[in-house]
Amino acid sequence: MAKNRINARKRGMLSVLATLLMILFAIFAMIPFAFMFMSSLKPGTEMMRFGLTLKYDPEVSSFANYAALNTYNDGIYWSWYRSSAIIMVLQTVLGLFFSSIVGYGLAMYEFKGRNLIMSLILILMMLPFEILLLPMYRMMTAAKLINNYIGVVIPYLVPPFMVFFFRQYCQGIPRELLEAGRIDGCTDYGIFYRIMLPILIPAFGAMTILSCMNSWNNLMWPMIVLRDNKLHTIPIGMGCTITPYKSAYDVLMPGAVMAVVPIIVIYLCAQKTFITGLTSGSVKG
Amino acid sequence: MQKKITAGIHRRKLHGLTDPRVVPYVLVTPFLIFFAVVYLYPLISTIIMSFQKISSGRNTTFIGFKNYARLNTRDFWMALQTTGRYAVWDVIVLTIVPLLIATVLNSGLAKGTNFFKSLFFIPSLTSIIVAGIVFRLAFGTLETATANRVLTFFGMEPVKWLSYAGPANFVLILLTLWRWNGVNIVYYLSGLQSIPKDQYEAAQIDGANAIQSFLHVTLPGLKPVLIYVITITVLGGFSMFTESVALWQQKNGGGVGRTIVGYMYMVGFDRNDFGMASAIGIVLLLLVLVVNLIQLILMGFFKKEDQ
Repeated sequence: MAKNRINARKRGMLSVLATLLMILFAIFAMIPFAFMFMSSLKPGTEMMRFGLTLKYDPEVSSFANYAALNTYNDGIYWSWYRSSAIIMVLQTVLGLFFSSIVGYGLAMYEFKGRNLIMSLILILMMLPFEILLLPMYRMMTAAKLINNYIGVVIPYLVPPFMVFFFRQYCQGIPRELLEAGRIDGCTDYGIFYRIMLPILIPAFGAMTILSCMNSWNNLMWPMIVLRDNKLHTIPIGMGCTITPYKSAYDVLMPGAVMAVVPIIVIYLCAQKTFITGLTSGSVKG
Repeated sequence: MQKKITAGIHRRKLHGLTDPRVVPYVLVTPFLIFFAVVYLYPLISTIIMSFQKISSGRNTTFIGFKNYARLNTRDFWMALQTTGRYAVWDVIVLTIVPLLIATVLNSGLAKGTNFFKSLFFIPSLTSIIVAGIVFRLAFGTLETATANRVLTFFGMEPVKWLSYAGPANFVLILLTLWRWNGVNIVYYLSGLQSIPKDQYEAAQIDGANAIQSFLHVTLPGLKPVLIYVITITVLGGFSMFTESVALWQQKNGGGVGRTIVGYMYMVGFDRNDFGMASAIGIVLLLLVLVVNLIQLILMGFFKKEDQ
């Protein structure tokens, strides 16, 4: 009895410690957003003088800054935004389509060369992709795909890590479903479309968010392909085109907030599917 | 019943692309084409280019190892040093911190576990460049920069964070931890959840305390995930580029922040010297492969395959 009470007290203390630790990391995770938002309300001159602050000063703070996004360089910010969005949608839709069918094929069928393809995928996941960009740039130049969104998307059509993920996820699907579908007179493609797709929804949810994340964050390759200022994506524009002078400070923080908000909204709506999808399928050796 | 099955098989004529023996090949075809175009050809091309002098257009001449010999410059060694320092700290910090958090979350000791789980992932959704703006300003050179205010508040001297290798590396690691922590937590959580509960109970019956059961049950059970996380962190560490662009706002990183990939970009696209840039790429490739191979051997990855 007494021992139990000591254990309970020990556990209570541990629980407080653990919660404190989590709160600490939560503050670390959230504080840049707070800085971003509070600074976005202030004119650039304030920021140049005082740096980032969390202070709210009603005399200078307002949402007026956000209007600067429309006027800065003839509203080029929104061109960047559009570029980023188009690439994100293209890359995600095509990437999910191709990697899901490849991953499904690798998990559901026994065929010659399957193990070879699997080891190939594992090796590719360890390859620094950046070193392939020089010859790829020459290929895109030859194919006249410079300054073209298609050129940006091509290297991400069948991402190896996504194939790997779908393959792991599909291994949990009983093969009897395939047999049952065949008996019902479905072709194997019909089975994938009608029976397997609904089962794969959590996997699609997880990979959608991961793919959107990667595309929204991608810098190097879009920077190489998209040479025209107007076609730049948000990372290129915010990272390299906006230089820290004069009016640029006005757009920097509102621009950052606007770049962060949509993807967080998508995440908050889909987070349940995302976390379960990711944890039920992912790496198991 | 028997009749129905044969009828089913009969109805489905097996020919052409719908033949179940052909279907898997159709399904993996996109990957094979993709592999050839996006990986195989560029890889071979990079290797060949690294032995060539490439002047404008199609004029190329083989020059043996001269491109590699030309790497012996101060810029290259600095980039190598910056990348090496970053990669070491990256692997240490991004393996341990998320593991600690995931273990606490999985133990259910902290209150509001689900809330924290989804909250920790939010930084991973932002673009490094966009988040980097805040980090760049917070660790700016001026005394009014947030980090320097904190230092002066505690009576310390302000630091020119992004001008010296040590402090710059600290800011880079902090940005990386902020951005990637959530991703690794999710990986670890998936691994932790796959460890059967009765193993912990067995350990408890044997009289193991929390630390012992972490060492003898959690870590071995987590090995596949641990190997995966370390492998991708090694890769990410050595091929880091975006973080340094975010902090220094130059397409090639610049100065103390220039990494191997940044240097490759500079030589390839600013100086238009594709031969030497390819040589840099091949060095990076070998570096990543060797480090990961050593890591996999140390972790006993290949031993498992033998058994």
